[in-house]
Parts: sequence; C-alpha cells; structure tokens
Amino acid sequence: MRARVCFRFGPRPMLASALLLAAALAGCSERRAPAGTDGADPERGRRLLAQFQCGSCHVIPGVEAARGTAGPPLATFGRQSYVAGTLPNDPPALARWLVDPPAVKPGTAMPALGVSPDDARHMAAYLATLR
Amino acid sequence: MTAGFFDPASPDAITIARLGWTMFVAAAVILAALTWLTLRALRPGRRAVRARWWIVAGGLAFPVLGLTALLAWSAVATARLSPQTSLTPLRIAVTGHMWWWQVRYTDPATGREIALANELHIPVGRPVWLALGAGDVIHAFWVPALGGKIDMIPGRMHGLRVQAQRAGTYRGQCAEYCGEQHARMALDVVARPPAEFDAWLAAQAWPAAPPAHAQLARGQAVFLAQRCQACHAVRGVTPEVRGATLGPDLTHVGSRRTIAAGTLPTHAAALAGWLADPQAHKPGARMPATRALDGADLRALAAWLESLK
Repeated sequence: MRARVCFRFGPRPMLASALLLAAALAGCSERRAPAGTDGADPERGRRLLAQFQCGSCHVIPGVEAARGTAGPPLATFGRQSYVAGTLPNDPPALARWLVDPPAVKPGTAMPALGVSPDDARHMAAYLATLR
Repeated sequence: MTAGFFDPASPDAITIARLGWTMFVAAAVILAALTWLTLRALRPGRRAVRARWWIVAGGLAFPVLGLTALLAWSAVATARLSPQTSLTPLRIAVTGHMWWWQVRYTDPATGREIALANELHIPVGRPVWLALGAGDVIHAFWVPALGGKIDMIPGRMHGLRVQAQRAGTYRGQCAEYCGEQHARMALDVVARPPAEFDAWLAAQAWPAAPPAHAQLARGQAVFLAQRCQACHAVRGVTPEVRGATLGPDLTHVGSRRTIAAGTLPTHAAALAGWLADPQAHKPGARMPATRALDGADLRALAAWLESLK
C-alpha cells in the first residue's frame, strides 16, 4: 500500500508535505505568553481551570473533560473582544472577572468559586493563549 | 483510590485473587511448556519419540494429578470464604437505578430508614450485608477490591457480604450493561474506622441544616419553586411522607465525593454546570435541563446544594 502511494505521487510531494507538517508542529509548540500576563504561568492556569471545574460549564481546549454547555465555549477566547459581553478582554480584567463574576455583572450565572487573585492571573494567562 | 482487583482489601477478595493468580500462572506455565514442545517437534531432523510414554504421562497422568490438586485446593479455598448470611451487625440496602445507586441505612438511634445515594460507607473490620435490588432494569454491583460481582435484578433480592480489612476508598461500577449511561454509574465505597463510621452515620441521619445566610435561603426557595422535590428528597425541606425517589436523595449531597454517580466531583461550579444542563454531562440521564432559572437563581441553588454537608 505504502509503496504504491510512493510510486503514484513520487517522493517530492511527500517530502514537501513532511516539511510543511514539521513547520506546522514547530508553530504549535511555540506558545508565547500574551501581553499583560507577565509572570503568570499558563500551564498552572490550565491545571487550575480543571481543579475549579470550569469545564462543567465551558468547553475548554486542553482541559480534560471540559464539555459543559451552560456557558460559552472558550476555544477562541484569546481572540474575543469582551468578557461576558461587558469587560474588555485583557488579562487583568479577566482575572477580576474570574475572582468574582457577580460583582462585575450581577445577573450572571457564573458563580464566585473562591478563586484567589493569584490563581485568576494564571487562569487568565492560559485562556489568553486560546486563539 | 486503589486499583481494585490487583489490590484486594477484603479477606474473600484476597482468597479469590490468590486462586485467580494461581490458575493464571499454572495455565501460563503449561502453555509455555506445550509451545516449547511443539517448536521442538517442528525442528527438522526429528528423533523418534516414545509415543506411549507421552500419552500416559503427559496426556493422562499430568492432567489428572494437576487438575485434581487444583480442584481440591480451590474447593478448600472457596469453602473457607465467609458464609453469605444477612446476620451481620450492619445491613445496607443498595438499589440500582438508571443511572445511579440508592443506598439505605437504618439509623441506629431511631431505627428509621435513611436514604442516601451513590456512596457507600462501611466500617473497617466489621462484616456488612448488602441487600441488592434494582428499580428498573438489570444492573450489577461490583467493587473489585471487595470481591464479588452480584447481579441486581428487578423484583428479586440478592445479597453480598463484604468486609473491608483496611481503610480506603474503593471504586465500584455497574457491571451489567444497563443503557446509555452505564459507564457513568460509579459508586464510591468509603471504608473507615468504626468510630468514624458511626459519627458519619449519625451525621447523615440528621435532616438538612437550615440555610446559614440569605443566598443559601434563596437557593432553598429556588429548589422548591422549581419543583425539584418532584424527584429529589431533602429531609427537613421536602415532605417526609412518600419522599420522592425518582432521583438521588440530596439531604447531604454536599458531603459526597461526586455528583451524578461519579460523573463530576462535588463542587459549586460542577453543581451549577450540572443543573444548567445535565444532558451535556450525562446524555440520556433522567434529569432535564433547567431553562427557567436566571443566573442569580442558578448560583444560589448550586451554593445551597453544596452547603448540604
């Protein structure tokens, strides 16, 4: 099977696609810290998002079993302009929201979960990488 | 949480695991020997074999002696398993439902029955009789670390005597395919020292504590306004007579390790997400989504449920 594919398409396109794939993978591994998240650790944020059960309301790429539908999916959160339709989406504002959502938007369904400001900084840093 | 079958925690489970491993090792040794003999026989330049000797020794004597020894040993070992009797100091009724476990204890103080769900607590070292039944279809009770796997059949009462040798949390799982969410029908068995167990049971026998602050009071009001009590009982809050049993009893739901039979860890966020859309987490579960709750009500309800320790 494999030999036949090589015969039909020749080695050159295969080499080209391998190079393309390598380039794409290199691009993926390079996850730069977004602006405004100095000193925050996105990886720690990812673990905190799992620990605080954010996935019971949100679909969050990279967070295990995050398949909730009660809140918006966060797959492209880093590209979003506003948080909860009110706050401009920059990491410090997002951290404020994560600590106490009802204080920012009283009618929201998102509960205050006892997230500390420091935890929120790491979580915001991870969410900002979702582009 | 321990790895069940490979780490048995009850005397019977240890006996069964030892039997299982012995059979497995013996079979492996015989298979290896036969494979070796077969490969030798396939080699070119064969010598003549003493056919009669191989048939008598390998074909008759070895199986007869080996199997007789194994049979005798397994007969003795299984005869030593503890007798299956309900005459134990503690008896617990476990009923399988699609897809959760109802668990009923007798309150030692009053003699009344108290209904709990999805979590079984037992005292270490004391034998416990589990009365197993089913409310809808056939389920099976299986906690590998404690041994045994017993079918739970509607209209019949089966039983299993278990005894935990050491404290720990052992995972159980429905072991008979029972529909869409069979896989999310888990049960935690928490074995703890008898004094701790008695304190736990006494606490579980209490009705739900009254709400400690305004948000929790609002949550309780939302629970009643949404008619959650049509399926769920909360002792002290919902009517005692003919308590609803379509869904798990929630009197102490905040004290359990998980919600929805092992689906999500108990946490205010998990409760909120579950309440808003149970079908996202456990498609086919009997609980409908609550589309009529505004955000603040949802938060209050989740906070109240989490406070029910």
